[in-house]
Amino acid sequence: MDVLPLMVALPMAGGFLLPLVPKKRSLVTDVVAVALALALAVIALSLIGSPDRAYHMGGWTAPIGINLVLDGTSKLMLAVIAVVTFSVVLYCPTYMTRFTGKRKFYSLFLMMIAGMNGVVLTGDLFNLFVFLEIASIASYALVAFGCERDELEASFRYLVLGSVASYFLLFGIALLYAKLGTVNMAHLSQKIAEVGGLAGGDVVAAGKASPLLVFATVLFICGLGLKAALVPFHAWLPDAHPSAPTPISAMLSGLLIKAIGVYALARVLFSVIGVHEGGAVSTVLMGLGAVSMILGVLLAVAQWDYKRLLAYHSISQIGYVVLGIGLATPLGVAAGLFHLLNHAVFKSLLFLNAGAVEYRTGTRELGEMGGLNKKMPVTGATSFLASMSIAGIPPFNGFFSKLLIIVACFQAGRWGYALIAVVVSVLTLASFLKVQKYAFFGPLKEKWQNIREVPVLMAASMVLLAVLCLATSVLAFKLFDKDGLEQGLRNDRFLGAAQRSLTDREGYVTRALSPAVEFKPTSTDGTDDGT
Amino acid sequence: MVYLLCLVLFAIGLYGVLTQRNLIKIIISLAVAESAINIFLVLLGYRVNGTAPIEEGTLEQHAAFVNASVDPLPQAMVLTAIVIGVGVLALSMVIAMRLYHRYGTYDITKIRKLRG
Repeated sequence: MDVLPLMVALPMAGGFLLPLVPKKRSLVTDVVAVALALALAVIALSLIGSPDRAYHMGGWTAPIGINLVLDGTSKLMLAVIAVVTFSVVLYCPTYMTRFTGKRKFYSLFLMMIAGMNGVVLTGDLFNLFVFLEIASIASYALVAFGCERDELEASFRYLVLGSVASYFLLFGIALLYAKLGTVNMAHLSQKIAEVGGLAGGDVVAAGKASPLLVFATVLFICGLGLKAALVPFHAWLPDAHPSAPTPISAMLSGLLIKAIGVYALARVLFSVIGVHEGGAVSTVLMGLGAVSMILGVLLAVAQWDYKRLLAYHSISQIGYVVLGIGLATPLGVAAGLFHLLNHAVFKSLLFLNAGAVEYRTGTRELGEMGGLNKKMPVTGATSFLASMSIAGIPPFNGFFSKLLIIVACFQAGRWGYALIAVVVSVLTLASFLKVQKYAFFGPLKEKWQNIREVPVLMAASMVLLAVLCLATSVLAFKLFDKDGLEQGLRNDRFLGAAQRSLTDREGYVTRALSPAVEFKPTSTDGTDDGT
Repeated sequence: MVYLLCLVLFAIGLYGVLTQRNLIKIIISLAVAESAINIFLVLLGYRVNGTAPIEEGTLEQHAAFVNASVDPLPQAMVLTAIVIGVGVLALSMVIAMRLYHRYGTYDITKIRKLRG
């Protein structure tokens, strides 16, 4: 029995069963949710070492059946999702006591995780749409969870734009099905390669690529770009992310826009459509990334609402990720994925910090805070670490991924983009120095004399993420091989593997269409071959 | 030709989402856009005078069946898409209702409290 389906089945089962727990047994709900998140984290981390493979649901081999594909990129995403989820779940039991209906909260929360894991694993385009909708619908409901004015309004806007994005995606899938007669991603990839695909910008310019295929690609970029909140499509994010309860803000900014936005976009474009260095798709991605970086950070600098400021920074940082991936060079893609991982860690930590401050002081206005370091040392310290990470100060993880993205830009000869990346990084630093100055340093205001540090579980979750901010830097060291970055990338088994499986289209096809029998668990008893 | 009509219907839906001020009308526009895509998907598998995709015959009749029946896959996909659409629709209705309770209006311009 393969463990792959469990990544979707476990949270989904939890999501359906938790509402059945009696309302008084609040502790049971907490324990079950934390235990589920822990189990998912254990499975996801153990999957990193296991071989790449495809799981064919119900024993029907692809392209007829639906398959789940595990490769370097999905391993990275699963690990990020599981670890951040676990940290955030630790935060929930105390924080969510402010709201009623904790069971419903966990139920939606787990459904969202099931959706994200499904998006990351699936090898079927229509299945991707379904999982994407599961995650999205859960997140619409979670944004509106407080049922206050702001939350409802933000949720409605998010829902409308999110649904439009989903329709774009579905339309794109329908076009591909009309043209090529399949929705299996690997099978589609094969057929697109046969008809020529979007092989570089020159073919598109010469009009050789099928117009239907180009239209479908545009629909995918618009639809998934909306989900990822890239700049022309970003309008919903600064409302939706701050309005949600804090653990959900952390999940949305840290994971959701990456799993159902950037990852889905990268997977569809790289593995199905095909992206080539310097091609049209690559240029569009880089452009979108750069615009997001600049506009996001400029809007963020002027913000005084703590969580809203963080939300704008999410747009800016997602720009970095898309710029890196859009370069379509091995180093660029690896750097982009690395920044995605790092951003998941530090952005969820920053949101949890903001939530901790709000939990004790009840305000999100930076101007009203001040000197909180004296009363909330753990929150202050972890927030400082996270701020330095996002601003790209060595030795924190954000420094290395930004450095790699800038180096990748230089290597690809994209000087302008490298310059933008540096400038945006400086502006990010300025913005977070402001947060630190107004919220945590300086004299303690009179009215905050009696606040205390947050409860131990919330603090533990923040400390865990802060440690990760430092620990994930180690991943970068492996890339600095003495034979240069390329060689280091080729030898690396985590980031390098993630990059290889994303850029290697043929490899993806072979892996996804491989028969199920190929995978033999170590403790095989030969009863379940799935054929 | 019929496909173009789907595109037109989708465009009408999108236009409604972008221009309407009333929450309910926005939701209706969303539903129109969604139906356009569902119709498009079903049309992909449609065939004039086709039979239902239920196979009963022997293996010899298989080829004739394949030539006569409509494509079942888009139908299955549309069913799923409709279920998802209903979920989104129900949720959006609930949110619109709660908004009405809070503000006493369905006009989005009067509700707009959050900054850009």
